[in-house]
Amino acid sequence: MDAAALAEQIKTKFPNLVLEAGVNRGYATVVIKKEGVKAFAESLKNSPGFEFNMLMDVTAADFLFWEEKENRFEVIYNLYSLNQKHRLFVKALVPETDTTIDSVASVWPAANWYEREVWDMFGIVFKGHPNLKRILMYEEFQGHPLRKDYTYNRRQPLIGPMN
Amino acid sequence: MGKPLDPNARASETRSMLLNVGPQHPAMHGIVRIITELDGETVINAEVEIGYLHRAFEKMCEQGPYNNAIPYTDRLNYVSPLINNIGYCLAVERLFDIQTTERCQYIRVIMSEISRITDHLTCIGASAMELGAFTVFLYMIKAREFLYELIENVTGARLTISYARIGGLKSDLPEGFEPKLLAAIVETRKILKEVEGLLNTNRIFIDRVKDVGVISKEDALAYGITGPFLRSTGVDYDVRKVHPYLVYDRLDFDVPVGEHGDNLDRYYVRMEEMFQSMLIIEQCLKQMPKGSVMVDTAGKVIPAAMMVDEAKIGHTRGLKDVKVEADPTLEGTGKTFRSVYATEKNVALPAKEDTYGNIEGLMNHFKLVMHGHGVRPPKGEAYFPVEGANGELGFYVISDNSDRPYRVRVRPPCFPIVAALPKLIIGEGVADIVPTFGSVNMIGGELDH
Repeated sequence: MDAAALAEQIKTKFPNLVLEAGVNRGYATVVIKKEGVKAFAESLKNSPGFEFNMLMDVTAADFLFWEEKENRFEVIYNLYSLNQKHRLFVKALVPETDTTIDSVASVWPAANWYEREVWDMFGIVFKGHPNLKRILMYEEFQGHPLRKDYTYNRRQPLIGPMN
Repeated sequence: MGKPLDPNARASETRSMLLNVGPQHPAMHGIVRIITELDGETVINAEVEIGYLHRAFEKMCEQGPYNNAIPYTDRLNYVSPLINNIGYCLAVERLFDIQTTERCQYIRVIMSEISRITDHLTCIGASAMELGAFTVFLYMIKAREFLYELIENVTGARLTISYARIGGLKSDLPEGFEPKLLAAIVETRKILKEVEGLLNTNRIFIDRVKDVGVISKEDALAYGITGPFLRSTGVDYDVRKVHPYLVYDRLDFDVPVGEHGDNLDRYYVRMEEMFQSMLIIEQCLKQMPKGSVMVDTAGKVIPAAMMVDEAKIGHTRGLKDVKVEADPTLEGTGKTFRSVYATEKNVALPAKEDTYGNIEGLMNHFKLVMHGHGVRPPKGEAYFPVEGANGELGFYVISDNSDRPYRVRVRPPCFPIVAALPKLIIGEGVADIVPTFGSVNMIGGELDH
């Protein structure tokens, strides 16, 4: 199944959830509403024909300075099916007013650390995550460094130069 | 008369013990902390803490032009930096939808495979040393040294190589590289044979690694593990084979797979992969097109610095036809870049000879380098997976059509493996943490971004 057919099939299977489906530089990409992400993930993992048994990556992007985007955040899932040998990118739209999304850690254990990283870097809360705490930064850190309104030269040393 | 003794009461109580391994520990390759809960010698619970080497790779990539991110990618995996370099450039090239020249692709494959060998040599050498086989470590590092010398010969540095460029490579291979590479391969093969003799039937080594750190195929897939770690459980997923990139589809090689998913199988898989990488390099050297090495402008040769001085005082007539002999401190050292660069002018930096020799080259260079101009991929995003030494290494780049990336995301291959580490060590002895952790091949740079 090539990427275009895959995107089309997913769109017909989930007409209410999928907002856009298409092919982006060789990979099938679907944009979904964040509400049904967990059921969507379970279905993608278990239904024959899709069989996305590997979660390769979870990341996010902050489109604060991107005028044509309505929602500030996108959580991007990179799925791979070992049997079908196809890859799918799922983007879930997360508005600035409600930065929460369901966790998929119960579907793919790999999501556990990736979601912690996204929480740490972007401040997106994953509901139902078993252990949502910072992973790369320290607990006392203020803010979320990969957000576009966090300037790159802002310093928060744990131990000041006087010590 | 006191109370009668409770017949069930015990004179001593048993409590589990907390043991911190790391962050600063000689067996933690880099800085990582494993908090273990012990019952006697057995690990009953474990948690891994990372982030001690966080250097804001993704944030810093957003601050500069596209080519400025290349030195940062060197520092992701500091044992095989060339694969990171090339992976990032391939992702940006996919944004542009361009192909580099054939010779460039072959050189990229050769350099990736050399890096893969150095990575596996370090991994096996270090884990064998931790089990007491110090000779193996010294042999492996000797072999790595042959390869590092080659890398230094090509890129000018051992570790901070910054060799790939968007649309090509910094420079062509140096003269006399091929015989040196073939000689290094012969030496490395000899050393690997010696190491096999030292370890494969070594009772001490086998007893320590066999059936230790076992992970099942299902668990490995659920955690998103790739690379030699996944292949040791019997899954033959290798990006080079399943989704060939560069010229891997023209090369004949095998993907070794294990069976049990324990430390011993990971050792065997890595050893065999090194032999396969050497086969790939030999095929590449045979197939690689020669490509033109000479500049096509004819005429006399003057040093580049002199040419710049001449141009400054207005002596520009005739300079266009002159072939430049670039200073060795500049990129290029008298060789052309044409054979290793894509033809797209909006991506590929011109040869230094052109930059210093004619106005078109200078303008091209200016347009690609100066602030406010730069390399500008079309709007959108691209993902490119390559097979790193530890597994699938993917770069996800989002472009907003400006000269700096809007977002760069790296999928570090050892991140999911370290996430699964508690699963590997729970139920094993304390002493088994070290060989298991060694076989994970944790690289702090890419793990902590």
